[in-house]
Amino acid sequence: MIQAPRVLALATLLAGAFAAPALPQAADRAEALGDPARGLALYRRDCAFCHQIGEEAQNAVGPHLNRIFDRGAGALEDFRYSAGLARMGDDGLTWTYETLDAYLANPRALVSGTRMSYRGLRDEQGRHDLIAFLRANSDQPQNIPESAPTALPRQPDLSAEVLALEGDEEYGEYLAAECTTCHQRSGADAGIPAIVGWPPQDFVVAMHAYKQGLRPHPVMQMMAGRLDDEQIAALAAYFATLGE
Amino acid sequence: MTLNRRLFLASATAVTATLAAPAVLGQARPRVIVIGGGAGGATAARYIAKDSDGAIDVTLIEPTRQYYTCFFSNLYLGGFWEYENLGHSYGTLAAEYGINVLHDWAVGVDRDAKTVSTAGGHTLPYDRLIVAPGIDFIEGSVPGWDVSAQDVMPHAYKAGSQTQLLKHQVESMREGGTFAMVAPPNPYRCPPGPYERVSMVAHVLSQRNPTAKILVLDPKESFSKQGLFEEGWARHYSGMIERIGPDFGGDAVEVRPDSMEIVVDGEVQAVDVCNVIPAQKAGRIAELAGLTDGNWAPVTPTDMRSRLDEACFVLGDASAQGAMPKSGFSANSQAKVVANAVRADLTGSRLFPARYSNTCWSLIAPEDGVKVGASYEPGADQIESVSSFVSQVGEDADLRRRTYEESIGWYEGICADIFG
Ligand SMILES: Cc1cc2nc3c(=O)[nH]c(=O)nc-3n(C[C@H](O)[C@H](O)[C@H](O)COP(=O)(O)OP(=O)(O)OC[C@H]3O[C@@H](n4cnc5c(N)ncnc54)[C@H](O)[C@@H]3O)c2cc1C
Ligand code: HEC
Ligand code: HEC
Repeated sequence: MIQAPRVLALATLLAGAFAAPALPQAADRAEALGDPARGLALYRRDCAFCHQIGEEAQNAVGPHLNRIFDRGAGALEDFRYSAGLARMGDDGLTWTYETLDAYLANPRALVSGTRMSYRGLRDEQGRHDLIAFLRANSDQPQNIPESAPTALPRQPDLSAEVLALEGDEEYGEYLAAECTTCHQRSGADAGIPAIVGWPPQDFVVAMHAYKQGLRPHPVMQMMAGRLDDEQIAALAAYFATLGE
Repeated sequence: MTLNRRLFLASATAVTATLAAPAVLGQARPRVIVIGGGAGGATAARYIAKDSDGAIDVTLIEPTRQYYTCFFSNLYLGGFWEYENLGHSYGTLAAEYGINVLHDWAVGVDRDAKTVSTAGGHTLPYDRLIVAPGIDFIEGSVPGWDVSAQDVMPHAYKAGSQTQLLKHQVESMREGGTFAMVAPPNPYRCPPGPYERVSMVAHVLSQRNPTAKILVLDPKESFSKQGLFEEGWARHYSGMIERIGPDFGGDAVEVRPDSMEIVVDGEVQAVDVCNVIPAQKAGRIAELAGLTDGNWAPVTPTDMRSRLDEACFVLGDASAQGAMPKSGFSANSQAKVVANAVRADLTGSRLFPARYSNTCWSLIAPEDGVKVGASYEPGADQIESVSSFVSQVGEDADLRRRTYEESIGWYEGICADIFG
């Protein structure tokens, strides 16, 4: 069986790309990574308005992006981050190839409530180029692992079909009982985020991000880890109705 | 247990309606009785009533009008939580979910006739019975202690006035005095509970009475989250806490409430506060109902149904189910599986496969929270753990603070889930 690298599959999912693309094989991975020169052009177009990078870069609307690889999310002392990004940082999110790819594809799906108002870059090649550019501005770029290929399970079948699954609401209601020990049905948010009334696709994506270990958090990784695609769709359908 | 105490009817009209209903008419709606309105019982009652939309008649028998949660009672001891915020009433369950809340003691179960009798003199019929009475203490497990000594040497392992008493004793302890805890043998409710309590008492003493000592007498070789607790104790309360395990007599402690002494390995020692947490067993009504085998009530892993009677379910601390720790989280999780099974039994609603989970947070010091959790599935004979996680030694302060904040979110969440 041909297994696509997980990172590409998930980024596709996060970007909400619906035309199931022919995913490159693992061997193509290195070539599939981007071109920093094209990345610079994209950076100028999409990021430079808010971020600075390079010598003497300072925090602006967004934090400076020097040495972003392996930097903890929300880790700069002198930048005021959103509660959402700070929370992910506390939980242990660090910027790797995969987490950057996911964040740039759909910032809110990785970090709920992030203050970065950027709608995401759906174009996969564009993200590779951008990340290659960011890598060139990190410490010893050639030594930075793209993340260990075996560290996380591969998900070859996260596809448009998964996103389009029709959720069984009644099943979702039963499954949701496991969640409401912590997440309040009323949508109250006190130390544990509210999950009612989300658009079902965002919900599905967030759950897969935990399931695949992109979002760090032991409780949620465990919870999502034993849910299959149908169950996640069922939960998304049910919780969406609660916010109405 | 005081059976002759005054009994109250929470929702007098609702209860009278049920009690007065003639038997034939009563047949119209299947009847479920839940004994015990704690983390397990109240959740089961609420989910059955909520999800069956009135198709099932649910009666909840619970003697107290206000339930004080054991969870977070240690935080109250440490000064991090208000006493009032531990208390929860049954008003919403009666008013919004139409549950007949009967403030009374169940004193007997006739499983052939399928009836429950109460101290208040009622005999109530059921189609399905859910037994969730929590724990009772095993008499004689700590020589020298019995329930009559609880006003001198409190257990504080059923929350309420006992917790208040212990807090008062800790706060008014003489300078440089000794707080002793007799820890329980396995299995008991809330495996990290005694050690979270030690942390909270240490916090209070380190603020008010820094030369005081804490002595933990423990019959167990090891305990839940031990590495995390011991690291935290060394960091926050260096030199204050001493734990004596079974090798040095922690498993054979005698207490003398009259003289405030304890005897460890033949040596008599005077103490100032003594928190005795005795060995535990299922709440007595489970035994009276004939649902126990030894100290606990065995159940099937697929739906917590009693192994001794198909029409009965036992859940929460009282059950012997396998790998799940006895916790409020577990009881709440089990209750939802039971509610689904009971509805399927009585109304033919969809039956979904059981899923169980648990997470227990503990506070070691201000903003220094840790957690342990697992998810579970029915195995062939018992509930088995399928995956788990635990906080790590040496985590940074931000993560520990986040973990503590999460525990507050969880407390609010689970209480809303139990009491509506
Ligand atoms: C100090 C401490 C800290 C804890 N911390 C946590 C924590 O952080 N997280 C966690 O998940 N768990 C925690 N727990 C454990 C948790 O409190 C219990 O596991 C949980 O309450 C069990 O629920 P239950 O429904 O089985 O029993 P209970 O909640 O004890 O409820 C039983 C109810 O049955 C009633 N009852 C008993 N006999 C009868 C009768 N004959 N007729 C009618 N009613 C009857 C009682 O009045 C009681 O209200 C802690 C416990 C302690 C002691
Ligand atoms: C409209 C302004 C804006 C744009 C455009 C923008 N960002 Fe951001 N970015 C922010 C803000 C604000 C934050 C802080 C977010 C928070 O606190 O939630 C941020 C955070 C980040 C972070 C996390 C930094 C850290 O310290 O954790 C990265 C990485 C990032 N942006 C990369 C990019 C890239 C690459 C682009 C271009 C594709 C981009 N951003 C476009 C405003 C922007
Ligand atoms: C033991 C408590 C607990 C349980 C049970 C639980 N969660 Fe969570 N959940 C959390 C915590 C804590 C967070 C915040 C995690 C983080 O920082 O990323 C969270 C985050 C989430 C998020 C992302 C919210 C956001 O704003 O980023 C979603 C979606 C979610 N949970 C869904 C679920 C679903 C669905 C279930 C049931 C299958 C569930 N959770 C069960 C504690 C829990």
